Amino acid sequence: MLPDGVPMTTTTFSHYDEMIDGQGQVRPAYAGYREWYDAQDPRWMMKQGKQAESFFRRTGITFNVYGEDAGQERLIPFDMIPRIVTADEWKKLSVGIEQRVRAINAFLHDLYHKREIVKAGKVPERVLKGNEAFLPQMVGFTPPGEVYTHIVGVDLVRTGPDEFMVLEDNARTPSGVSYMLENRETMMAMFPELFSKVQVQPVSDYPRALARSLAACAPPAANGHRPTVAVLTPGIYNSAYFEHAFLADQMGAELVEGGDLRVVDGRVCMRTTRGWTAIDVLYRRVDDNFLDPLTFNPSSVLGVPGIMDVYRAGGITIANAPGTGIADDKAIYSFMPEIVEFYTGEKPILKNVPTWRCAEADSLAYVLDHLPELVVKEVHGSGGYGMLIGPTSSKSEIAAFEKKLRARPENYIAQPTLSLSTVPIFTKAGLAPRHVDLRPFVLVSPNGINITPGGLTRVALKKGSLVVNSSQGGGTKDSWVLAE
Amino acid sequence: MLGRSAWGLFWMFRYLERAENTARMLDAGFRMALTRGLSAASDEWRSVLITLGLEEAFAATGLEHSGHIITNFVLRSPENADSVLAMMENARTNARMVRTAITREVWEATNESWMILKEVLSRPVREADLGEALDTIRRQTMLVRGAMEGTMLRNDIYNFAYMGTHIERADNTARILDVKYHVLLPSLAWVGSRLDNAQWEMVLRSVSGERAFRWMNAGALDPKGIAEFLILDGRFPRSLAFCYDKLASNMASLAYGYGEAAPSHELLRQANARLQQTGIAQIFEFGLHEFITQFINTNRQIADAIAADYRFTE
Repeated sequence: MLPDGVPMTTTTFSHYDEMIDGQGQVRPAYAGYREWYDAQDPRWMMKQGKQAESFFRRTGITFNVYGEDAGQERLIPFDMIPRIVTADEWKKLSVGIEQRVRAINAFLHDLYHKREIVKAGKVPERVLKGNEAFLPQMVGFTPPGEVYTHIVGVDLVRTGPDEFMVLEDNARTPSGVSYMLENRETMMAMFPELFSKVQVQPVSDYPRALARSLAACAPPAANGHRPTVAVLTPGIYNSAYFEHAFLADQMGAELVEGGDLRVVDGRVCMRTTRGWTAIDVLYRRVDDNFLDPLTFNPSSVLGVPGIMDVYRAGGITIANAPGTGIADDKAIYSFMPEIVEFYTGEKPILKNVPTWRCAEADSLAYVLDHLPELVVKEVHGSGGYGMLIGPTSSKSEIAAFEKKLRARPENYIAQPTLSLSTVPIFTKAGLAPRHVDLRPFVLVSPNGINITPGGLTRVALKKGSLVVNSSQGGGTKDSWVLAE
Repeated sequence: MLGRSAWGLFWMFRYLERAENTARMLDAGFRMALTRGLSAASDEWRSVLITLGLEEAFAATGLEHSGHIITNFVLRSPENADSVLAMMENARTNARMVRTAITREVWEATNESWMILKEVLSRPVREADLGEALDTIRRQTMLVRGAMEGTMLRNDIYNFAYMGTHIERADNTARILDVKYHVLLPSLAWVGSRLDNAQWEMVLRSVSGERAFRWMNAGALDPKGIAEFLILDGRFPRSLAFCYDKLASNMASLAYGYGEAAPSHELLRQANARLQQTGIAQIFEFGLHEFITQFINTNRQIADAIAADYRFTE
C-alpha cells in the first residue's frame, strides 16, 4: 500500500491498480483524465471538492443511518476523481452481466415452477427448504412478462485486467442508482471542460429506461392502456428515501406510501385528491416481508393489505417480483456458476468468489482453521454488518466471532480476502489509491436487458480498508465508461 | 395528485407562513421594548404569547417573563413544539414528503432556509443579533415563495400550496387583531383618546402594514381606520379580505381544473360574501372580538372542509 500523497509513478501492487500498471505507467483508461488532472491547480481542485459537498447538502442528497435519531441525515462522502473503464472492458463486462441476469430470471421461474435444477441435482433441496427468501405464495405464478428481477444491481470487484468477480447479486430492491446519476451531474457541474476533453458514455437515460422497462411489464389489467407507474417508499425516514423521491420525480411517477394505497374493486389504488386511482406497475422499495400484512408480516403498515391477491389475479405488476430474494441469498450464491451454466448452456463469463459453505462439515473445518485470512459473512446479512474480515481483525475479535460461527455454522459462508482493485482518490496530499467495488444497474423487461454504462463505484476511503459500505465510512465516485 | 401530497403542500406553506408572521410579531414586540418603558414591553410580550397561543406553554416552563427569554422560547426552545425552528423543520419535512410535487428550486430554497435557520438558532439569540435573526427568517421564507412564483406550474399543486398560505395568513392577522381589540375598541367611544399611539403602530408593524397605512391615511392613526384596513382593505396583502379573495381564486382555479366544486367552495363563498357585505361600522357594532372569533372559527372550518374534500387523509 502506498502512503498517501506519494506520486504514483512506480510501485508494485499486490492488487490491481486501475490507473497505474506494474511499470508505473498510466493505463489507457486514465490517459485522458491524467493529462487533464496534471494541468489543474490542486488548490482549485480542493475548492471544487468543498463546493461539491455544499451542493449535496443543498440538494438534500443524504441518507439516514439506522440506529441514529430519526431525521439524522448524513452525506455519503463523494470523491471527485472518476473511476474509469474503457469501452472495450465494459463491453466484455456487460456480456457477462447480461448472461448472469438472464440466468437469475430463468432460475427464479424454474424454482417457482418445475424445479428442474433441483431435480438435476445442481442445487440441493436443503438450501431452499426453510429458506425465508423463498415465498410459497409465488409457486405456480408467473409475473407479467415473465420478468422477476426488473432491476438488478450486480456487485463486482475487479481483480485483474479483464477479471471481474461477482461479490453479490442484488435482486430484491437494489439501491444506489440515484448516486450514479447525481455523481455524474455533480462532476459535469464542477468540471464542464473535462467532459469536452474526455468523451464519456452518458448515464442520464436511466430514469427513462426504467420507466419504459417498467411500463413494458404492465399487468393484464392495464388492458393495453398507458400504464400508471408508482414508486412505493417506506417513507421519509427510510435511509434511501432521497433515491425513491428522485426516481419517482425523474420518471414522472407518483411516490406513494402504504397509507396512500388500498385495494378497491380488485385493483391496488392510490388515494388522490379526486378519488381512488388504479396503479398498474408498482416499483416497490419495501421488502417482501412488509408488502402485504395479510400474507406476510401482519404488523406491517408499509404495504397494502390484499396486494398479493390482486397480484396473483393479474391486477398489478410488482417490481421486483416478490420472492426474488432467493436468487441473491448468500446460501444460493455459491451455486451461481452451476445456475448460469444450467440455464444458458454456457460457461459463466463472470467468476464467483470462491465460497465455503459453513453448513458443510469439511468447509467449516477449513474455515475454522483459516479464520485470520478469510472474510466470513452471515448468510442473510447485508450492509457490511455482522461480518468478520480476518486479516484486519484482532485475536480477540476473531475468537469472539469463532464462538458465533460454531454456534450456528449454517448461518455463515466464508470467502478468501480478495485483493480488490484500487483507484485513486483525491487527498490533501494528492492522489492516493483506495479499494473499490462497482455496482452496475441492470433493467430487465420482455424487450430485453438494458445495462447503463457505468454504475455506482463505492470506495473505502480509509487507507487499506476493504469495507466500501456507506454505513461504514465508504464513499462514492462517478463511474465512467469511455466512449468508443 | 395524491391526497397526502396535497396535505403536505398545504401544511408546508402554512408552516412557512406562520414562521414568517411569528418573526414579524417578535420584531414588533422587540421594537416596543426598545422605545417604550419596561411595563409596556412586558404587556407587549404577553400579548405576543397570547396571539401565538403559547401563553400556557410558556407559563409551564416557569421561566422568567423577560423579552430575551420569551423571544428565545418562541424562536427555538425545545420545550416549545411551535417554535419558529420547529415550524421550519416541519415545513422542510413536508417538502421532503412532497419532493416530487415541487421543483428543484422550491426544494432547495426550503432546504437551504432550514439549514441556515438551524444554524442561526443553534444557540440562544442575543438581543444584539435578534434583528438579524428575524430578518433572516423573513428573507428565507420569501425566497421559498419567490421560487414558487418563478418555477411552479399553475396547477393543483400550486393552488394547494397557496390555499395553505392564505388560510394561515388570514388566521394570523385575525389573531393579532383579536389580541389587540382592547386597544382598538375603547377608543371608539373615546374619541380623541390619549391611548398610546405606539399600540396601534405595533398592530400595523406586526403585519408589515405601517407604511401602507401611512400612505393611505396621511400619517393619521385612528383605531377604526386600522381595523378597517386589516379586515376589509383588499389591496393590503395581509388583510382578511385580501386573503379570502386569493383563497377564492385558488379554489376556483382548482375547481376549474378538476371540473367540479366541493362543499368547501360553498363554505368559502358564504364567508367571502359576509366579508364583502359587512362595513367596519357594523363590525364594531357587532363587536370586534365576536366578529374575529367567528372569522377564526369559519376559517378553521374551511380548512377542515378542504382537507376532507381533497382526501388529505383517509
